[in-house]
Formats: sequence, structure tokens, C-alpha cells
Amino acid sequence: MNNSPVLFALDALTGALFLLTAIGVVATRQVLASLQLFILQSLLLALSAVLLGIAQGSIHLFAVAAITLATKTLLIPWLLRHTVSAEVYRTREIERVLNIPSSLLIAAVLIVLAYVVANPLLLGSVAVPFVQVNLPLGIAAMFLGAFTIAVRREAVPQLLGLLAVENGVFFAGVAIVPNLPVIAELAAAVDVPVITLVIGMLTRRIHARLGTTAVGQLASLREQ
Amino acid sequence: MELAGILIVPLLASGFALLPVGRRFAAPVTLVASAIVLGLAVAVAAEAARTGQVAASGEWLTCDGLGALVLLLVAFVGFTAALFSWGYIAESVKHGRRKSIQLYYALYNLFVLSMLSVPLLANVALMWIAVELTTLLSAFLVGFEDTPEALEAAWKYVVLTTLGAVLALLGFLILYWGSRVAGLEPFTWVGLVEAAPRMPPALLWPAFLFILVGFGTKVGLVPMHTWLPDAHSQAPASICALLSGVETTTVLYVILRLFPVVGVAPGLDARPWFIGFGLLSVAIATLLFIHVRDFKRMFAFSTVEHMGIILVAAGLGGADAHLGAAYQMTGHAIAKSFCFFAAGVTVLGVGTQEIAAVRGLVRTSPLAAIALLVGGFAIAGAPPFAVFVSEFVILKAGLASGQYLVVTLLAVLVVIAFCAVMFHVNRMVFGVPEHEIRAVTVPRSCKVTLALAAIPLVIIGIYVPAPLYDLLKAAATAMGG
Repeated sequence: MNNSPVLFALDALTGALFLLTAIGVVATRQVLASLQLFILQSLLLALSAVLLGIAQGSIHLFAVAAITLATKTLLIPWLLRHTVSAEVYRTREIERVLNIPSSLLIAAVLIVLAYVVANPLLLGSVAVPFVQVNLPLGIAAMFLGAFTIAVRREAVPQLLGLLAVENGVFFAGVAIVPNLPVIAELAAAVDVPVITLVIGMLTRRIHARLGTTAVGQLASLREQ
Repeated sequence: MELAGILIVPLLASGFALLPVGRRFAAPVTLVASAIVLGLAVAVAAEAARTGQVAASGEWLTCDGLGALVLLLVAFVGFTAALFSWGYIAESVKHGRRKSIQLYYALYNLFVLSMLSVPLLANVALMWIAVELTTLLSAFLVGFEDTPEALEAAWKYVVLTTLGAVLALLGFLILYWGSRVAGLEPFTWVGLVEAAPRMPPALLWPAFLFILVGFGTKVGLVPMHTWLPDAHSQAPASICALLSGVETTTVLYVILRLFPVVGVAPGLDARPWFIGFGLLSVAIATLLFIHVRDFKRMFAFSTVEHMGIILVAAGLGGADAHLGAAYQMTGHAIAKSFCFFAAGVTVLGVGTQEIAAVRGLVRTSPLAAIALLVGGFAIAGAPPFAVFVSEFVILKAGLASGQYLVVTLLAVLVVIAFCAVMFHVNRMVFGVPEHEIRAVTVPRSCKVTLALAAIPLVIIGIYVPAPLYDLLKAAATAMGG
């Protein structure tokens, strides 16, 4: 293992930018901007995987990086463009439940919470230095993604929130399990596009049937 | 060999269903395939009951007592729901939409395949993918009827359960981390139980909680249950039978698998969490029963209740309580699928899911009325049905181990739930019809399904055949009882 401080510093920088993109997804007002932030976030995930791959001499992490680039920066934007109608992108302003300042305030609380959740795992002292960076930031990105789903009413931003949660899990994953079985990598390669395809097609049907993609406003099913 | 066959047959059937050879082809193909799968599953379960373990293809596919029980239940409901689909889907889909019928059966086979593979895959990471696929493959089946409500239900179902599965994924990654620290190479359930005593509790415990909450979403545990009554009330009845009867059980199986792993670790105790989530689910489901207005929704709440009871049974601990949990899983799968078949026939007859709109069903549609009544009694836990016996076993085991508070709460809630379900069913079946209800002919395949599904429903409460008893015992052992 190569614990070079340069690699560690670069990984910490990547992690900080990764978290910023997660916050950006919470705060942004436009569908296209959300998508671009998601692509940027995926690039940072791949970068972190490469840095850890060099540090730990793990060929698996290079594979993770390659899969992430192929699926999340190329395939998913392509899939979204072909399953969801252009009209959905044209709705520039995303309807949201909370205004941006309150959203950011809650986001800050969630990041602190992520550190609280990750702390017991870090004290176990089985953690290599990279885990200290990647695990709490990954969990923070998960929480922010889940929060995005909760405050967004549009279908595509909700999907991007879901994929951001997945990115968070993998950001933590590349550090805690550097030797993930090959099979799990392949699975990740299949799983994320399938999620996008299913949700994208569902969005298209909702749009065709109801003329809207404001899924957060669908509330005909509830307890009386 | 059988294990591989169980996975290959539905895959082939899914491909055949898409062949463009007319609208009458996909249904019989699916039925034949699911009958073959049921036969193979019975063979596997018989072997597991005898020896406690079935191994095929060495490291990829294995099956022990608990796995074989889940496999058998999925195969059984997969078969009856395929039979029910034949008439039901043809009746509810307008003429000329051949493609959507073909798509239904193709996805149906894949959905059943994903559930069958959960108990069979030895590698825990692969099993996670199988669970994830159960959601993704069934999303369009939930939204099949294409009404605004069905699409809304499908959306909530996919987004919330996928979010839960991703949360559970972090748990599994931490679990893998822990098993590496403990020096374990293959990431299998058997290996995990072996490695657990050497795993750092600081890793094992958060992994357990992430998986409990993440997959608990898919099981429908309160407070993560909000999507469940929507999806389980808006899908076509045949799909509801699969979702409620076995999909929830399949995911609960994964959580139960963690019980022995956490159980052997020093200083950790999963039981309070199982009992807490379980009792909360039973309590909230019971409250929701009282005000429910939609009868398919009522059966969906009943699923939340039953998942809670099974979790409490696992949490009570001991061989007897675990035997009760395995028995409850069996009784639930058989009775709940029957209830949704009965609900499907009722919807065909009256054209609504509202409890208030259905009165005096026994006069207009005696078949639907009798089916609803029998199903209602069976699922609410009246003697002599299996759910009554299993609940009795669980309560008795709890008393024997001195956990009086939990047992008292569970008993009170179960009795209230029983009264609520019977009150609603009674109003629908008896009473005076308010307005003329059109008489419809129930498709023959639906009648045959009700008759076939009623056989195990009636029998296993009174008499448990020796091989099934051995299988339940083996399942209880695998839960660490």
C-alpha cells in the first residue's frame, strides 16, 4: 500500500468537490443543471476511485472508475434523453417544496449528521486513512440525495437524487471495500442504467397519461 | 441441477412470451413454466427437509431449510397467480392490445425469476442485486392498468424501494468490509455466520441497521411502509398476490438471515430492534384497518401486520418462536394470495374497490362472496386456519420465555385487527345491496385458481404433512432457533 500524502490530499480535495456537487443538486433550480451536476459528481467519483486505485494498487478500483465513467457520464444522459420527452427538460424552473435557503440549512444539518453516523465506524481503527475521508462524505452525499428526492416534485430531479444516493454509496464503497468482487462491479454496471431506464420510461408514461411530470403533486392515494 | 433449472425455466418462458404468435400463446406458456418450477421447488424443498441443505453448482447456488421454504412459497404463488392471470388479464385488457399482454407475461416471468433467485444465490452481493431487480422488473406490472392512480403507485413503489435498497447496499458493503477484516474470502451467508464472532462490532452493528431500515422499506415495516398500500392496491390482482404474498416475505427472508449473524457476535442484540419494528408495524396496521375504505388496501395493511408479527416472532427468539415465524410465513403467503384472488374476482364483479359500495355480495356473486369470507377468516387468523395456529405458537413461545409485555401487546393488537377485518368483510358479503349490481361471468381460470388455492389454505391449518413440518423445522434452525 502506498500512503503518499499527495494522493491523500488529492482524494480529500476530490471529496470536498464531491460534497459540493451534492449540495449543488439540492440548491439548483433547473433540470439541465441538475443533470450536469450529476455528471460532474460521477466524474469526481471516478477520480476518487482512480486515486485510491493508485494508492492501494487495486486493479478493481480502476474497473470501478471505468464503469462509472461509461454508465454515469455517457449512458445515463443518453438514456434520459431518449426515454424522457424534451418537454420535461424544457420546464426550467423545478417546483420545490422548500425554498433554497431553508434547503441549504437542512443540508448543513444532514452533513453534520453524516459525520455523527460515520464516527463509530471510524473509531474502529480498522480504517485506512482514505476511509476517514470517503466514508463520511459518501454518507453525507447519500443523505443529501435522499433529501433532494423529498423536496423535488419533478420526476427527473427525483431520479437524479436517487442516482446521487447511489453515487454516495459508491464513494464510500471504493474506500471501504477496495477489493469488491468483480461480480459486484458488473452488477453496478447493470443496475444503475436499469434504474434509469425503468424510471425514465415510467416518467414518459406519466407524462403521456397525465400531461405533467410533477410526481410530487400526485396525491390521489392516501389515507382518508 | 434442480436449482439451475428453477432459474432457467422462467427465463425461457419470458422469451417465449414475447414471440409474435397471437395473444393466446403467452398465458399457457407461463402457466406450464410455473408448473415446472413448482415441481422442481417441491423436489428441492423435500430434499432440504430431509437433509437440511441442498447444494448445486457448488459456490454459486445453494439452498438450506429457510431458503427452500421461501423458494417453495414463491413457486406456489407464482403458479397460482399465473393461472389467475390467464383469465383475469384477458378480461381486464381491451381487445387488440396483444403487445401489452405479451409484455405482461414476459415481465411476470422475469419478476418471478428475480424472487426465486433471492433464496438460491449463495453470494450475498448477487442476492442484493436479485432483490433490487424484484422492484425494477415489477414496476410496470404495478402500473399495468395505466390509470393515473396505478402510475402514481408505481412511481412511489420504484423510488422508495430503490432508495431503501441503495441504503441496504451501504450496509452490505460495510458487512463485506467487516468480513474482510475477519479474514473471510467468499461473501456468503454461511461464511458470514462463521466470521461474525471475529468481526468488529463497530462494523457489524451499523451494517445491520442500514440493512434493516433499507430492506425494511421493501418489506413494508412502519414507518417506511407508505408506498405499500398504494402499490398493493393498484396493481392487477394477480400481481398483488405476488407482491403481498411473497415479495415482502422474500425480502424479509434476507433480514431474518442477518439474525443469526448478529446473534453470534459478542455484545450485540438484534432482538429489541426486531420486536420494536415488528410491534410498531402491527400497531399502525391495526389502526389503519379501522378506517380503511378500499378492500384491496385492507389486505395490503394486513401484509404490514403479518410482516410485523413474523419480525416479532423472530425477535422473541428460541426454537418454538422461530418455528411459529416459519409457519406464519407459510400461512401468510397462501392466505394473502388467496385474498387477492378473491378481491380480483370481486373487482371484476362490482367494478369498484370501495368497501362502502359493496353490499350483499352473497346475493349477486356468491363465488366472490364465499372466497372473500374464507380469505378474510384465514388472513385475520380465525381457527382452523394456519395463521391462527402460527400466532398461537408464537404467543405461547413468548409466554414460555417470560416476555409477557410483548406477548400481551401482540395479542391485543391481533385481536383488534381480527375484529376490524371481519367487520369490513361482513359488511361487504352480507347486508342488503343498495343498488342493482350487474351479474358478470367470472373467467374460468379464476374459478379454478380459487378452488386450487383453497386446498392448501384449508389443509395446512388442520394438518401439516410430515415433510412440510420437517421443512419448517429446518427453516427455524436456519434462523438460529
